[in-house]
Amino acid sequence: MKSLAELQAIRDKARAQIGLRSEENVEFRVQVGMATCGIAAGARPVLSAFVEEVAKRDLHNVMVTQTGCIGICQYEPVVEVVSADGSKVTYVKMTPEKAVRVVNDHLVNGNVVTEFTIGAGSN
Amino acid sequence: MRELALNVMDIAQNSISAKAALIRISVEEDLEADRLRILVEDNGCGMTPEQVQSVVDPFYTTRTTRKVGMGIPLFKMEAEMTGGSFSIRSEKGKGTSLQAEFVPSHVDMIPLGDIGGVVHLLITCNPDRDFVFLRKKGQREFVLDTRELRNLLGEETPLNAPEVSQWLRDYLKEHMEDIEGGNEI
Repeated sequence: MKSLAELQAIRDKARAQIGLRSEENVEFRVQVGMATCGIAAGARPVLSAFVEEVAKRDLHNVMVTQTGCIGICQYEPVVEVVSADGSKVTYVKMTPEKAVRVVNDHLVNGNVVTEFTIGAGSN
Repeated sequence: MRELALNVMDIAQNSISAKAALIRISVEEDLEADRLRILVEDNGCGMTPEQVQSVVDPFYTTRTTRKVGMGIPLFKMEAEMTGGSFSIRSEKGKGTSLQAEFVPSHVDMIPLGDIGGVVHLLITCNPDRDFVFLRKKGQREFVLDTRELRNLLGEETPLNAPEVSQWLRDYLKEHMEDIEGGNEI
């Protein structure tokens, strides 16, 4: 079974790559709406998928956080991707599969997945 | 909600909105007494006595985007449905403590679900806050304190670093499986 002692090995490894991660290095903030409306609509597996994929790809420039109700409950699960320059993309009706795509296309390659964004449905 | 763990996530979001620095989550199961107790306690901004009275009312909410707040009323209903109880204590400026007691053998009992997964997400997505998670079932007990993790990791490595996040996910998963006796994921 995993033990706390393993954290020291992780720390030592991380020390070797110091400076890799700090607030200034954060290029994207991924905010997943985790209020009652979001959770009931399935936001947890979406948040899990983001956390999992970002960790798996070892993305140090991405910060995944949770936020409250954004106010568009009918579109939950809602995910906002905020770039370092302050611009924001809002993804709606998200699923874990869509989350993986957003990580790969948007966060890694810089291409917004337009078809999942809030404006896409009205076209 | 399909899992009580999701209610815990929802209630913890209230603590986060209340700017709590430390959030305690306890899930204790007394097999002989047939009781499961969930406690969420924070040192956030707290509430006035009037607010405490009204949070169990679904038509009360502090948010401005809508006129309903379902989180706490839902949790209370789910506990009372099993013949259990619900209570909330809060003091302005000190924090809030919320407790729900369930009767697991009751037909309307909602399964606890993936509580380890929820705690992992809460810690990883709120690296600036501290969490103390206690899970107890019968004689088995597991405690996780993020302050202890922080001490071991040192200041340079945050709790949401990819390596730490993956380690924490597996660590919680293994220990929760151990507590459940390998019957539940």
